[in-house]
Amino acid sequence: MSATMETTTPLLTVDGLVKRFTGRGGKTVHAVEDVSFTIKRGTTVGLVGESGSGKTTAGRTLLRLIEPTGGKAVFDGTDIFALSDKDMRAFRQRMQIIFQDPFSSLNPRMRVEAIIGEALDACGYPKGQQRKDRVAELLTLVGLQPEHGRRFPHEFSGGQRQRIGIARALAVEPEFVVADEPVSALDVSVQAQVLNLLSDLQKRLGLTLLFIAHDLSVVEYLCDEVVVMYLGRVMERGPSRLVYAAPRHPYTKALLATAPIPDPTRRREHVPLKGDIPSPINPPSGCVFRTRCPHAIDACAQTIPPVEDLGGDHHVACIRHLELAQAS
Amino acid sequence: MTDLAPDTILSVRDLRTWFKTKRVTAKAVDGVTFDLKRGQTLAVVGESGSGKSVTSLSIMGLLARPGAIESGEALFRDSKGAAHDLARMGPRGFRKLRGKEIAMIFQEPMTSLNPLYTVGDQIGEMIALHNDVSRDEARKSALDMLRHVEIPDAANRLDDYPHQMSGGMRQRVMIAMALSCNPSLLIADEPTTALDVTIQAQILDLLRRLQEQFGMSILFITHNLGVVAEIAHEVVVMYAGRVVEHAPVVPLFAKQKHPYTEGLLACTPNAERDLDPAGERKALYSIPGTVPPITNLPPGCAFEPRCRYSISACTKVPPQLEPAGPERLSRCLRSAEI
Ligand SMILES: Nc1ncnc2c1ncn2[C@@H]1O[C@H](COP(=O)(O)OP(=O)(O)OP(=O)(O)O)[C@@H](O)[C@H]1O
Ligand SMILES: Nc1ncnc2c1ncn2[C@@H]1O[C@H](COP(=O)(O)OP(=O)(O)O)[C@@H](O)[C@H]1O
Ligand code: SF4
Ligand SMILES: [Mg+2]
Ligand SMILES: [Mg+2]
Repeated sequence: MSATMETTTPLLTVDGLVKRFTGRGGKTVHAVEDVSFTIKRGTTVGLVGESGSGKTTAGRTLLRLIEPTGGKAVFDGTDIFALSDKDMRAFRQRMQIIFQDPFSSLNPRMRVEAIIGEALDACGYPKGQQRKDRVAELLTLVGLQPEHGRRFPHEFSGGQRQRIGIARALAVEPEFVVADEPVSALDVSVQAQVLNLLSDLQKRLGLTLLFIAHDLSVVEYLCDEVVVMYLGRVMERGPSRLVYAAPRHPYTKALLATAPIPDPTRRREHVPLKGDIPSPINPPSGCVFRTRCPHAIDACAQTIPPVEDLGGDHHVACIRHLELAQAS
Repeated sequence: MTDLAPDTILSVRDLRTWFKTKRVTAKAVDGVTFDLKRGQTLAVVGESGSGKSVTSLSIMGLLARPGAIESGEALFRDSKGAAHDLARMGPRGFRKLRGKEIAMIFQEPMTSLNPLYTVGDQIGEMIALHNDVSRDEARKSALDMLRHVEIPDAANRLDDYPHQMSGGMRQRVMIAMALSCNPSLLIADEPTTALDVTIQAQILDLLRRLQEQFGMSILFITHNLGVVAEIAHEVVVMYAGRVVEHAPVVPLFAKQKHPYTEGLLACTPNAERDLDPAGERKALYSIPGTVPPITNLPPGCAFEPRCRYSISACTKVPPQLEPAGPERLSRCLRSAEI
């Protein structure tokens, strides 16, 4: 979405989202802890971070595909976390998800028209010719042909299956779509096709998107804003252009510096981020990133860094961000 | 077989590996040729199904039926200087080479590690298999190897089971096992594909430093051009079972001589290029269509249906892999004009 377009009303405001699982042996898994951000109507927000940082959990909790432990999610004026299952049903139609794996997310025994038809059932779409027309329309919308409705998922390539997943998500005319790594499983040459499709559909249908990814270059290209997560928490968030041009959190800087550059004359001299992401069962005290942070000091272990507003909607959670910005 | 250049450790020549069934013949690898120079890394890059893994499995003698080498050679020079044709080697010959002279690492280390044994025992066993050492010595060497691959607190991780480790640590253990007998050739099939970019950067850096230290040659298989740029000396680009471009890494990224390589690079989002100054997104370049099934390739150039340079001649006869500048080859009728 262009920066010039006036789209400032938030469609979704996430406030203090918490999701904890009870893992093996009754231990608590802190998958998402105190995550807040907003998504403006008609824009795309990218959710990035290493695997295990809580992206999928956050995305699914927002649609109540899994129940939140705490926090609020105000969708178009209503806190959907406070709704009964029955009242939630009306909202389900307005919020949809596209899954990462186009191979396992479609029922292999159903024809494509039945897969999309099932989504239409959920919103009580009438059967008969009208439905046939709608399925054909959706297939055309995602760049497939109406005849493809008669086929089974295995008769399609990965990119085509992801298009079917997109058609299914769009069948009920949602306002908000969570796309969980929708191109990660696809070949490079096909990734661009699907990204172009998403970008184009968003413009045409005015969709609001939460785009989960681990590839930062894809997010920079596609997203108006970016939320960087690490071990369940937000490290930094803000307009993509600001965050990419001037990252303020040591984790964001490290992530940006690790993406492989397709240029052999600019090989990295050193590895920006050592070690592994710690276990969410027993996250580090204070700043969760401190065990891998090149700038950690004793104080980082003491308190959880507050999320500070740097202006221009750019936020960072690091107690040393001012010092580090001055030093560089 | 005798004309293996002294600085070449592996020479694959017109290798064809086919999967024949009563109904169809899938020519997974159909005339692949390349040389790997001693101490260097050759990257084989291509999309899913292009024949990268079948090429490496053919070289390692690990093909499963109905896959079989139809023709061609894979000449390998061992550490004593003797040459072997891996394409004609039997199981007994491979038992002597595999693990000792040639080692392999895969995308998912979990499938090649035994979940029932500690990583120390597995590396130790590998060492004991190829060297005349006592249990204690093997264990000590295993610990050395864990240190070489920079596993933190290695002495305490020696008794860990694979499932107690992260994906990145397991890949380090795989590398430790592969290098424990000091092989001269390491075949790495997408060793970082399942890992986060942060861990991928660590593993690539580790492989580069181990190569300097141990001097092994690496055949590195990947679908990621960013990874190629990080690790390769030379690059072979595969499409539908054939090599379509072959060049040293720097010239390849500077200028592609095959439309497929050019397309692959153009597909990767790059904000500098794909956003205009107002932040408006330009459509990403994408290669139209998909990879054709190898059982039903077009009669001319296999890439023709997706190629933006295609002319009618391209639909008639398959192009040959031909010189396209100093030290480089391209399989395209129009490579001179690209
Ligand atoms: N057992 C088999 N029987 C028939 N065809 C096979 C068999 N194994 C592989 N192939 C075919 O050989 C071709 C090359 O496969 P290969 O595994 O080498 O691809 P790849 O380049 O390694 O792909 P990826 O990036 O997905 O790992 C594919 O078309 C594949 O379907
Ligand atoms: N159902 C579950 N039970 C226990 N732990 C879970 C469950 N789902 C996710 N987790 C854990 O929560 C953390 C965040 O996971 P996830 O949201 O999948 O991260 P991401 O999508 O960023 O990779 C991980 O440590 C994961 O193992
Ligand atoms: S708070 Fe401390 S440990 Fe956390 S990112 Fe900032 S400097 Fe690093
Ligand atoms: Mg996920
Ligand atoms: Mg493979």
